[in-house]
Amino acid sequence: MSPPLLEVSDVVRTYATGVFSRRRVTAVDGVSLRLDARRPEIFTIVGESGSGKTTLARMILGMVAPSAGSIRFQGTDLSAIRGKRARLAFMKQVQPIFQNPFEAFNPMKRVDRYLFVTARRMAGLAGDAGIAEATDGALRSVGLSLAEIRGRFPHELSGGQLQRVAIARALISKPALLVADEPVSMIDASLRASIVNLLRDLRDRLGVAIIYITHDLATAYYISDRILIMRQGSAVESGDARSVLDNPQHPYSQLLKRSVLSPDVPAEAGARLRADPEIPSGAIPHA
Amino acid sequence: MSEPVLTVSGLRAYYRTSAFGVEREVRAVDDISLSIAANEIYGLAGESSSGKTTLIKTIANAIQPPLEVLAGSVVFNFSDRSVDIHDVDRKELAAIRWKHLSYIMQGSMNVLNPVRRVRHSFVDFAFRHIGKPMPAFLAIVRDHLQRLHLAPEVLEAFPHQLSGGMRQRVTIALATVCRPEFIIADEPTTALDVVVQKGVLAMIHEIQRQLGSSILFVTHDMSVHANLADRLGIMYAGRLVEEGRTADVFRAPRHPYTAHLIASLPRLGDSAPKKGLEGAPPNLANPPPGCRFHPRCPRATEICRRETPPMDWLADGHRAACFHPAEPPP
Repeated sequence: MSPPLLEVSDVVRTYATGVFSRRRVTAVDGVSLRLDARRPEIFTIVGESGSGKTTLARMILGMVAPSAGSIRFQGTDLSAIRGKRARLAFMKQVQPIFQNPFEAFNPMKRVDRYLFVTARRMAGLAGDAGIAEATDGALRSVGLSLAEIRGRFPHELSGGQLQRVAIARALISKPALLVADEPVSMIDASLRASIVNLLRDLRDRLGVAIIYITHDLATAYYISDRILIMRQGSAVESGDARSVLDNPQHPYSQLLKRSVLSPDVPAEAGARLRADPEIPSGAIPHA
Repeated sequence: MSEPVLTVSGLRAYYRTSAFGVEREVRAVDDISLSIAANEIYGLAGESSSGKTTLIKTIANAIQPPLEVLAGSVVFNFSDRSVDIHDVDRKELAAIRWKHLSYIMQGSMNVLNPVRRVRHSFVDFAFRHIGKPMPAFLAIVRDHLQRLHLAPEVLEAFPHQLSGGMRQRVTIALATVCRPEFIIADEPTTALDVVVQKGVLAMIHEIQRQLGSSILFVTHDMSVHANLADRLGIMYAGRLVEEGRTADVFRAPRHPYTAHLIASLPRLGDSAPKKGLEGAPPNLANPPPGCRFHPRCPRATEICRRETPPMDWLADGHRAACFHPAEPPP
């Protein structure tokens, strides 16, 4: 029996606020999840800002250590990964995709440089031909080619193209897990569907598991296999994505679902906006 | 029908730069005509670099080089005067702004002074327009806050003590306290969480119905338009490509770009495959000839590559700029 691809058990992460203050904020408070190694899936983490979803992602990526609990990737505890070589081996397997591709790339550098550097360092390739081939292969799996982007600067590509390049960069080392933090929220509507489709396609074709972090329930419904809904650092509900979203059990999940605006035009403008008594109109929080 | 509050005709606004002898012209707003009636929410949709923001800047006469208005006019019909906004001096513009024409911006922190209590922002923006002594002015502000279901105590809070949603509510109160006839709302809910967003939109809708103001509501989020806008305009690459009553545009989009935009909307409870649109929006410094959408358009023919389609009326209150508009469903 092989170990699970990823096993997050009861992780907690707290941060101290202020310089001298002893007050601590708990960003993630006892979250567990488990991805099977044999069946790659799209696992979605949904939550509002401040729900701790990004902190959880950073812990899975090994960028932040949990304050308590453990994260095991392919059976190895992340806290046991020490030294440059072990770290590199882990990074090869778990790759991030960030929200804003325009921030992820240095505007002064050609985008193909990143791909070449990644191919050399992450995939351990040497020789121009091998590097170009690996890069082209990764770009082709996202619907681009090396010929299209060679020598281009980030501003010469659209947001959608650049996000594809970012995904291609993550794929060069042939990872087993992608952690995508709001990968489409900065992408234009006409290009968004194709990026979301691409994630689904990568799961099916390359067998990559994907942790998809979003606040958008509609795209979550569209691509996820399983879902975890977070609020204030805790998981409030999780399970099969369709059944959770079709029939949410937790009051917060129900509120979240009710707040999603349907793109169907109501009979009377504004009809659906009428204040929901359960939606807090916002009292003044104490400073 | 009464006279529209805003009439934009044949507006062209380009960014013109000249660096090292290279002339560059970005046609961000290219021949746009539209009008907005009293007591109407007009939704303007389009992706980034479609010219939405430039259009707002031009309408509000917040024009700074290298942006230039080359042609067309923007005429407002306020209760006490009718003005061509590009034809007024600074003094008159200052008198119009906030009293007749106000804004709700995306980042509430850009509006509220971070180091002073909210009360001071109200005084800075609205005191001179209301023209009452300070106690009477503050009483009006408190009344107004109450109408928006905000506690008057927010006046004594610093912006950082309020949540993002509360701050955005305060900026809406700030924008509406002078009961302006026209409000420009630029992505006011884009940075907010879904639960908060719905509440803020409900508030905008409620205050609009109370004051009878017109709102030009700009966002790329079609679900917001579906729920809020009375009429909808779609921009693509600097041009208005379709306009109509929101329900008509959603039910029977005529322009292929609009049709795609609406068909590709993700819906909760729907996992049927959606197709993305090939290609990318054009570079406005060097737009394609003819219809700017033709390189990505499944219906494009020879004429689309050669000529610019005019904005034609296709049905009552529904127009589109396309040589091959889709037939409406029965």
